[in-house]
Amino acid sequence: MSYTTTVNDPAHHDHTPTGWRRWLLSTNHKDIGTLYLLFALAMLFMGGASAMLIRAELFQPGIQLLDPDLYNNLVTNHALLMIFGAVMPAAAGLANWMIPLMIGAPDMALPRMNNLSFWILPAAGTMLILSFVVPFFPGGGTQINTGWTLYPPLSVQVGMSMDFLIFAIHLLGISSVLASINIIVTLLNMRAPGMTIMKMPIFCWTWLVTAFLLILVVPVLAGGVTMLLFDRHFGTSFFDAAGGGDPVLFQHLFWFFGHPEVYVLLLPSIGVLSHVIPTFARKPLFGYKSMVGAMIAVGTIGMVVWAHHQYTIGMSLGAVTYFMVGTIIISIPVGLMIFNFIATMWRGAMTFETPMLFAVAIILMFTFGGLSGVMLAVVPADMQYHDSMFVVAHFHYVLMPGAVFGLFAGVFYWLPKWTGHMYDERLAKIFFWINVIGFNLTFFPQHFLGLAGMPRRIIDYNVMFTEFNAISSIGAMIFGFSHLLFLYIIIKTIRGGEPATSRVWEGAKGLEWEVASPPPFHTWESPPKIGKEVA
Amino acid sequence: MCSRLTGMAMLMIFGLTGTQPARAEYGINFPPPAADVAQEIYDIHMLTMQISTFLLLVVFSIVIYSIYFHRKSRGYKADQHFHNTWFGNWSWVIVPALVLGVDLTIAHNADAVLKKIWDVPKGEKLMDVKVTGHQWWWEFDYLDHGIKVESRYIPKEQSGDLYLREVDNRLVLPTNTKIRFLHTSADVLHAFWVPELAFKKDAIPGYVTETWSELNREGVFRGQCAELCGTWHSRMPIVVESVSPEKFQAWVEKQQALKVAAAEEASADRTWSRNELISKGKELYNTKCGACHQANGMGLPPAFPPLNGSPLVSGPIEAHLDIVINGKPGTAMQAWSSLNDLEIASIVTYERNAWDNNTGDVVQPADVKKAR
Repeated sequence: MSYTTTVNDPAHHDHTPTGWRRWLLSTNHKDIGTLYLLFALAMLFMGGASAMLIRAELFQPGIQLLDPDLYNNLVTNHALLMIFGAVMPAAAGLANWMIPLMIGAPDMALPRMNNLSFWILPAAGTMLILSFVVPFFPGGGTQINTGWTLYPPLSVQVGMSMDFLIFAIHLLGISSVLASINIIVTLLNMRAPGMTIMKMPIFCWTWLVTAFLLILVVPVLAGGVTMLLFDRHFGTSFFDAAGGGDPVLFQHLFWFFGHPEVYVLLLPSIGVLSHVIPTFARKPLFGYKSMVGAMIAVGTIGMVVWAHHQYTIGMSLGAVTYFMVGTIIISIPVGLMIFNFIATMWRGAMTFETPMLFAVAIILMFTFGGLSGVMLAVVPADMQYHDSMFVVAHFHYVLMPGAVFGLFAGVFYWLPKWTGHMYDERLAKIFFWINVIGFNLTFFPQHFLGLAGMPRRIIDYNVMFTEFNAISSIGAMIFGFSHLLFLYIIIKTIRGGEPATSRVWEGAKGLEWEVASPPPFHTWESPPKIGKEVA
Repeated sequence: MCSRLTGMAMLMIFGLTGTQPARAEYGINFPPPAADVAQEIYDIHMLTMQISTFLLLVVFSIVIYSIYFHRKSRGYKADQHFHNTWFGNWSWVIVPALVLGVDLTIAHNADAVLKKIWDVPKGEKLMDVKVTGHQWWWEFDYLDHGIKVESRYIPKEQSGDLYLREVDNRLVLPTNTKIRFLHTSADVLHAFWVPELAFKKDAIPGYVTETWSELNREGVFRGQCAELCGTWHSRMPIVVESVSPEKFQAWVEKQQALKVAAAEEASADRTWSRNELISKGKELYNTKCGACHQANGMGLPPAFPPLNGSPLVSGPIEAHLDIVINGKPGTAMQAWSSLNDLEIASIVTYERNAWDNNTGDVVQPADVKKAR
């Protein structure tokens, strides 16, 4: 089953562009994937730096490093950089790199649009950073002190930096929607002959669901922030009760996007896990069909439970009961996914290379975050948890393992394929342990802070919260700086290392492992034949 | 250093085992509820936490067992057909059914609590307290008693260890009385949260949301604003002082008497001396204006302009009075028309004479009345 002979046929491709043209004008899914990943890496460090400044300020009670508006500005920027700058582009980078390789397609279906959807991002990123920086210049107005949720009326008070942010969100949204369209078209039309949709690798499935979610919800956010822009500048009153509007309307629009967004961040990583765990357990994924079903169920139910982010706005009993039950029901498909992962490990012949270490950490810690999510879904109890540090702890336990660690697992899993070099396993394991311990040290104590009564998004707190905040901040420094090691490992692997075989991992299965490591510039120019063994 | 580390380790152990820590201020769970409603919420919280902890232990045990026994280094051979056994074929039904069972248990219990606490009891006489959030202080209107309490944080120098948990005027409430809280806001979103009362409700400008509670013990309960409301979100503590109905009645009468006295003083047809106005004005300025414009008058530009050297403050008195009475739309500067003539006169006189503003102007209550 050697397909590599056809792809390496020199007659087929002789035009590998070089220099800046290769990147700026690229229509090659691998190069665009690399660009996405590098962009995400840069944003990860910026978002991480803002988080570390936040935690440094919270190390002790009192106001030492920042002023309140700068603190709130960092809170806003941390979220936006991480969500829109780091996690989503990183997941899109994995999709670009891997989807054509996995389904035996020569490239994405719409290569020029692929170029566009990436190159919008640096512009959007610049706008986002400007929104942070502008207030420091004379006449720049006030800083964005609203948090990433941008709730009016506070967001109407903010100066011109809010306008930069609104346009940054528009650009980021356009980029995501274009990338999603591309992925859907690719997945539905470009699969190798014989690869039916129920034989498609799970990572592709997760992206198919994710892409549909993005197309459905991103325009709603774009509409919401556009209404905000109109309220700010053009005298409308969508969110102003004095003009007949309703501030809560924005919250509904925001969370109609914001809750599915959680699954947008989560699902690609679930897809990565569905490849990592079978590879290192050396047996097929347990429950392929139930995995697909669970994913679709999560996407569908996830669209209709958004108001559990707003239990305190004064909804009727009927409404909160509906949102509570709907939210709790999400535990069924998510529980099934976790169960399938554990059952894949069960009776496997496991080895624990770095991607597998991350996978196990995700199963344990994401379960923890999911269970605190069930607690939060319970309306009466949420009357206490809402907007406290407990919520901060919860969503970091969901998004850090669920999204970021999944991406780390994916990077380590596929890095040898991308670069042709094995990464330094010893260093990567050190990175894993520092990272995971730092993470838990940072966020575990925040549960206690929240229950004891510390609200989120405050710059200064009473002495009763000192101890746990100090532990959390120490953890955050360990966690934050550990990513320098991550960067070092990546650079080291790109520069050289033990050559990787095309299979890379003993238990790896799937078309992406049939091409050389690193893959040639063009792959699958003639489609592979899919036998029974691939699915 | 060593003892501090031991202390932290102890703390973590206490945290994990749930035993009462030696020092009470290390809170690791909700404080003891002070109302039946809060007790219900506390119980449902403990129930879901116990179910979650149990499920977590099950997952951890299975994963750890599998990691230990099913590894290649122990020579374990992968079972390539596990997913095709009856268990593999039916787990997609079994697992959701089990999870649904857990879900329904939680939802059923939560629903029962929700029905009890969510809606304000109908057909009963409740004491109404209107809670208005402002940037960055709380206003409590006792609608049945005609009194109003303004509640602000106390700077660190005066509040010490209670900094950010203590206010100048507490929200005094009677025990064994059903109280309805009506939440609203004068500017941006805020949220009222006192853990012992166990509910949180958003204060939304232009809308009124309601909650209710019945305190079952006396004590002082501390909370904070929970919804990000701008620069000084951290400086919006709430302190509830729960007292017996008799003490509450006495407190109400005292407040009413004070209010009458203040109104008489303000409406008295007299002219105040510059020094009287400035000393009254300084106190009022520091509590009501200082959070934004700062005690030293330098403000926090660009959001909060300085008043020291401000052309508006040293310009015509009419313009100055106008902005104080009517506010400035589209900014955080609110209308202060709820203050009485004497209070506004004192604040304006103070601002025009404080710091480097040596206008020498004196504004009398009569001038304020004219300007309204």
